Amino acid sequence: MTPQLAIFFVLAALAVLGALSLIFQRHPIHSALSLIVVMIALAGLYLLMGAEFVAAVQIIVYGGAIMVLFVFVIMLLNVGVEERTNVSKLAGVAGVPLAVALLGFLAAAIARSNESAQTGLQSGTLANTKEISTMLFREFVYPFELTSFLILVAILGAIVLAQREKS
Amino acid sequence: MVPTSYYLILSAVLFGLGVVAFVFKRNVITIFMSIELMLNAVNLAFVAFSQARHQSDGQVFVLFVIVVAAAEAAVGLGIIILTARNRQSLNVERVDLLKL
Repeated sequence: MTPQLAIFFVLAALAVLGALSLIFQRHPIHSALSLIVVMIALAGLYLLMGAEFVAAVQIIVYGGAIMVLFVFVIMLLNVGVEERTNVSKLAGVAGVPLAVALLGFLAAAIARSNESAQTGLQSGTLANTKEISTMLFREFVYPFELTSFLILVAILGAIVLAQREKS
Repeated sequence: MVPTSYYLILSAVLFGLGVVAFVFKRNVITIFMSIELMLNAVNLAFVAFSQARHQSDGQVFVLFVIVVAAAEAAVGLGIIILTARNRQSLNVERVDLLKL
């Protein structure tokens, strides 16, 4: 077992355990902290693949900004432990087999397409960040500019939704 | 060398766990977090394919997905704050009417 494979298995186990913990924790703040573990593990996997820029963005935007927003809202609303009802048991009975079936389909599709499956990833062979920036500002410049509109609309929406009505 | 299929299977497992959390959890904030988990799983598949094909397109798509996720989180949490203020509950079973 190469060191890269060992690191992959450690990080993959961390990510899966974090996702399981997100499901089994009853308190939303514990679920949020589990999700942060998943995101840090995924950032490690991106580094392992040689995608340094995506790893940095993952930690700064996902692990930093978005999860702080989640934790902030949980604390602002003073959310308590979630209650279990009959409907949630029904959802578990119906939902878990469906999710397992989905996973089976995906795994079968991946196993069937053995074309690029055996070739390992050459990590760090690309001049990654430079190439991404060239692509982002040349071929994808129109969608990139559109995202600024999207963020502007999101900011306006968040402000309009969250403000109290003046009465 | 880690085969690409390992990354894809991990991505599928994380996506499946996100689906399970989505149907199983009752708190609207946790359901929202499971959506973020599914987006992360898709991002992993994007980066794995990008590295396997030696093309950077996939990583650019990941950046767009992250931007959309950030916008979605801002608007979605605004809606959640509004719902919590109007209904005094975050349980999705209590928030099943569009009109109060």
